[in-house]
Amino acid sequence: MIVSGIAAGSTYALMGMAMVIIYKTSEVPNFAQGEMALATSFFTLMLLEQRGLPYHLAFPAAFLFAIGLGCLLEFAVLRRAKEPSVLGFIVITIGLEMILMGLVSWKFGADPKTMPFPISPYDSIAIGGVFISSLELLTLFVALVLMIILFIFFRFSKLGMAMKATQQNHTAARLMGIRTNRMLMLTWGISSLVGCTAGLLISPITMQPYMMWDPMLKGFAAAVMGGMTSLPGAVFGAYILGIIENLFGGYVSIEFKSVIAFIIIVLVLCIRPSGLFSRHYVKKV
Amino acid sequence: MLEIKNIETYYDLIYAIRGASLSVEKGTITTILGNNGAGKSTILKTVMGLIDDQPDKGIIEYQGQRIDGLDTEEIVRLGIAYVPEGREVFEELTTRENLLLGAYIRRDQREIRQDLERIYSYFPILKERSKQWAGTLSGGEQQMLAIGRALMSRPDLLFLDEPSLGLSPLLVKEIFRIIKEINQEGVTILLVEQNARMALSVADIGLILENGRFVMKGRASELLADKDVQEFYLGVSSDASAKGYQRWKRKKAWR
Ligand SMILES: Nc1ncnc2c1ncn2[C@@H]1O[C@H](COP(=O)(O)OP(=O)(O)O)[C@@H](O)[C@H]1O
Ligand SMILES: [Mg+2]
Repeated sequence: MIVSGIAAGSTYALMGMAMVIIYKTSEVPNFAQGEMALATSFFTLMLLEQRGLPYHLAFPAAFLFAIGLGCLLEFAVLRRAKEPSVLGFIVITIGLEMILMGLVSWKFGADPKTMPFPISPYDSIAIGGVFISSLELLTLFVALVLMIILFIFFRFSKLGMAMKATQQNHTAARLMGIRTNRMLMLTWGISSLVGCTAGLLISPITMQPYMMWDPMLKGFAAAVMGGMTSLPGAVFGAYILGIIENLFGGYVSIEFKSVIAFIIIVLVLCIRPSGLFSRHYVKKV
Repeated sequence: MLEIKNIETYYDLIYAIRGASLSVEKGTITTILGNNGAGKSTILKTVMGLIDDQPDKGIIEYQGQRIDGLDTEEIVRLGIAYVPEGREVFEELTTRENLLLGAYIRRDQREIRQDLERIYSYFPILKERSKQWAGTLSGGEQQMLAIGRALMSRPDLLFLDEPSLGLSPLLVKEIFRIIKEINQEGVTILLVEQNARMALSVADIGLILENGRFVMKGRASELLADKDVQEFYLGVSSDASAKGYQRWKRKKAWR
């Protein structure tokens, strides 16, 4: 049960990281994250089924689509908002979420589809006497690899550093010659890419317009637990959430399995409002 | 090098710069003096393109090219660096990362390393603090970091907004010594200060700003010797100021 908790946690981790990336640079809680991944998944389905593209072309195309979609939303919608508050951003992203969901349902219908995938969701491998599905293993692997790449990117690359600078002090970043608008757009692109991997890894199991709703909320919960600005925090929060949720579902009540996520959030927010992992510098007055 | 021609700047309805002209010659230190709220910072911010849709009127030229209306990041890329009044360091990045971001627009990795060492030799304390978050530095250290960061872009023209603010007298001396040194290495400097004595001691040209207009301009040595400047900006009391009306009359005559 812990194993399947870890597997579920990997999906939450991907969504959580995607949301953290955007929140980190622009302080926008992006509730359209799930549906951005949804749109990418259905785009991939279209490429595979209707266009008959092979995997090695369809997946890179999907990644490009995801990056493009992220950049487009930032450029066409978010940037147009004049001095909005966090509440304003929430409304905007929820609006985007509904539009994307509507578009997907309209184009592809609301009935469940099957997504072709190189790995069958029913294959499993035994590791040390425990069976784990190979798709779950792949998800875990992808989550960990992306986490490491992102960590290195933000820590050591010039571009990553420029993104952090943009988040910390917009004016100062521009004074360094950083084109901050481009940074924000790129952030959305990268975040959308990370989120879309979660979508693609879920789609072999379930493929319908509501498939990203639960993972996104859990990913958001995980990100909040981790302080909303910390990538490792979001990942850790995601695994804790996945494991507790599964243990609860197994031993206590399967009906309330999902509720536990939000009980945990409420508890965390009561005890440490800034999240378990935030290490924000407290401004001297 | 920099020509500001009759600019006017508004903050919404507040009329902050009321037609100011200024030219900065290559290789000099020019200083703008004036009391709090005179509009000194606003002039620098206007030139840097930091105030949306401003200047409302007037022209700003840098090396013969018009720069009013350009984005801040493009102006910086032309070779102007700005050390803002509030230092504005990246608080949750280390001192070293802050300095490296100063060189963001450059590609010459090897020379960037050399310049980093050069900054550390100007401000040895920054080397000691290199792995520390900039937000945890003292005010003086942050000021040095902000200056160092600006130099990392290898600017031709450097704007400094009240570098002496909130620093101990000893540190002020040290900062001004370094400003002079930077200038001697070929960087043109536009310095905004309230500490008139210190500023005039390093500057070539001084201008005095009052209520958004320049009321006086001259060589720094002339300003230092000027009776009115001594009285109102250098705190030298003269006989005339004992009589209040005299003071009022002189000030009036400036406008
Ligand atoms: N962000 C702002 N919004 C509105 N008014 C401002 C703003 N910044 C400065 N001002 C006003 O513009 C005038 C000039 O300010 P400033 O340039 O900061 O003066 P100085 O740097 O000479 O002390 C002041 O009257 C000030 O109140
Ligand atoms: Mg000022």
